[in-house]
Amino acid sequence: MATLNPVAPSIAAPPSPAAAPAAVRPRVRWWVIRGTLPRPVFLMLAVAGMLLPLLLWWAWTTFGDPDPVFMPSPGAVFARILRWWSEEGLIGDIWISVYRVMAGFFASALIALPLGLYIGSYRPVQAALEPLTDFIRYMPAVAFIPLVMLWVGIDESAKVLIIFIGTFFQMVLMVAEDVRRVPMAQIEAAQTMGANRGEILKLVILPSARPALLDTLRITCGWAWTYLVVAELVAANSGLGYAILKAQRYMHTDKIFAGILLISLIGLLTDQSFRWLHRRAFPWLHKR
Amino acid sequence: MSPSKIRIRHVGKRFERDGAAVEALHDVSLELCANEFVTFVGASGCGKSTLLRIIGGLETLSSGEISVDGRCIDGPGIDRAMVFQHYSLYPWLTVMQNIKFCRQLKAIADTVRSDSDVEIASGRADALLNLMGLSAFEKAWPNQLSGGMQQRVAIARALMPRPEILLMDEPFGALDAQTREVMHDLIRHVHQLEKSTILFVTHDVEEAIYLGSRVVLMAPRPGRIDTVYEVPLPAERDQDMKLAPEFIALKREILARIRETSGMRTDFELLEQLTRQAPAEA
Repeated sequence: MATLNPVAPSIAAPPSPAAAPAAVRPRVRWWVIRGTLPRPVFLMLAVAGMLLPLLLWWAWTTFGDPDPVFMPSPGAVFARILRWWSEEGLIGDIWISVYRVMAGFFASALIALPLGLYIGSYRPVQAALEPLTDFIRYMPAVAFIPLVMLWVGIDESAKVLIIFIGTFFQMVLMVAEDVRRVPMAQIEAAQTMGANRGEILKLVILPSARPALLDTLRITCGWAWTYLVVAELVAANSGLGYAILKAQRYMHTDKIFAGILLISLIGLLTDQSFRWLHRRAFPWLHKR
Repeated sequence: MSPSKIRIRHVGKRFERDGAAVEALHDVSLELCANEFVTFVGASGCGKSTLLRIIGGLETLSSGEISVDGRCIDGPGIDRAMVFQHYSLYPWLTVMQNIKFCRQLKAIADTVRSDSDVEIASGRADALLNLMGLSAFEKAWPNQLSGGMQQRVAIARALMPRPEILLMDEPFGALDAQTREVMHDLIRHVHQLEKSTILFVTHDVEEAIYLGSRVVLMAPRPGRIDTVYEVPLPAERDQDMKLAPEFIALKREILARIRETSGMRTDFELLEQLTRQAPAEA
């Protein structure tokens, strides 16, 4: 022991300032599993990832010189979007498509949220409805078009209904799963404080599942957009999906490209809005 | 001795798992006095958590009965609060909102009759916040706190409706040793201050002896009470007592008994064999 004593203080002493500059700069390690990346590097890579396919597309159409009907150039597609906007009523097409997607999406959310809440919370509801929902969700939404036309006609509600059919059943199951993921300890803690069933649903399960539910809405909203073209197969005469279908008939490849890009752009914007909302609405998840 | 606060009589719990009947609890009987601090230890599968959850009303019993103040329990009640090992705080609420959570519940609101009751309740929330040393974190979210602080919030929240019985299911199991020691003295302080009856389940024998006035040792297959030990320490305790001979003797006795009842003897024999061989090779 006595021999150790003189050594101890020198170990405890802080390193002298002179030694500090000798410290090696930490090596940047990108390939750590689930590691971190400096924000500028992340953004740079994200932009590069987006631009690279565009660049390849441009290079091919410029130097490869393919038939424009087969593969139009980015410039041609961009010019087409401008022409669509100025002469062919792009804004109207966007508006009606957004309306159809959102109507179908909100209608399914309106029913799927409470239904999923009950399926995820009460076993009898789950037993009665989940197998059925699971069964229906594998039915192809496209194949419902003739039935939808037969039952509800060919007006707006038919298009909204197709989007509803495409998203609703998936959404119910995902909402039920979100609700089931609420930790049992959170529920039991409320029970031991004397909460009744209604209070547990309202004050524990719903607020606890809210972040997951918003994510579910974000993902299913994306799916709703993918059903737009299908929905506008039903006797539409406007909308982005309809424009794509019509361009297909006349081999306007540039307009097909334009339509596809516009739909994905709107989808991306919706997605980002949901993410922004997530950060705003659930600060406790994003603040440490 | 004061009359029994909790009376557990011939409690059995059976359930089916993969078609086979499992007897989680077999003929468990125990009486607890008001303001008693009883700890439960035992090998895994001995049913100590199950017993606690049945008392808390979170699980049903198959036979026997449990009464609190002479009334049989039927489901959870505000007279019995429970503290869980983890994941029980509400991450979307601040520390203070977590502690005050029960005030939005009808069962609690019904007990509040006048403005002065409301004032007393607010004062109590503040007092609990101070008691748990959390006044600086009133507006923090649970995930901004350390594990020990989170458990202090959980305890404060459980104490908020003035429960007469506090059920604690391995509340410090996920904490590091130093934090755990601080929590031990805190919970003993709470026990004396609140005059509550505490049932405390743990797998840590030292914790069980330091906290409890009695240590209930349970044994598995079927889950049952094996031995009840009176802790030979004064009501006022400090960390030094963990080194007292009677403390160590009791700890040794309980550990040996857990080993005997755990049904894992072969493992110990194997381990002993290995340690006997090791010096020979060296």
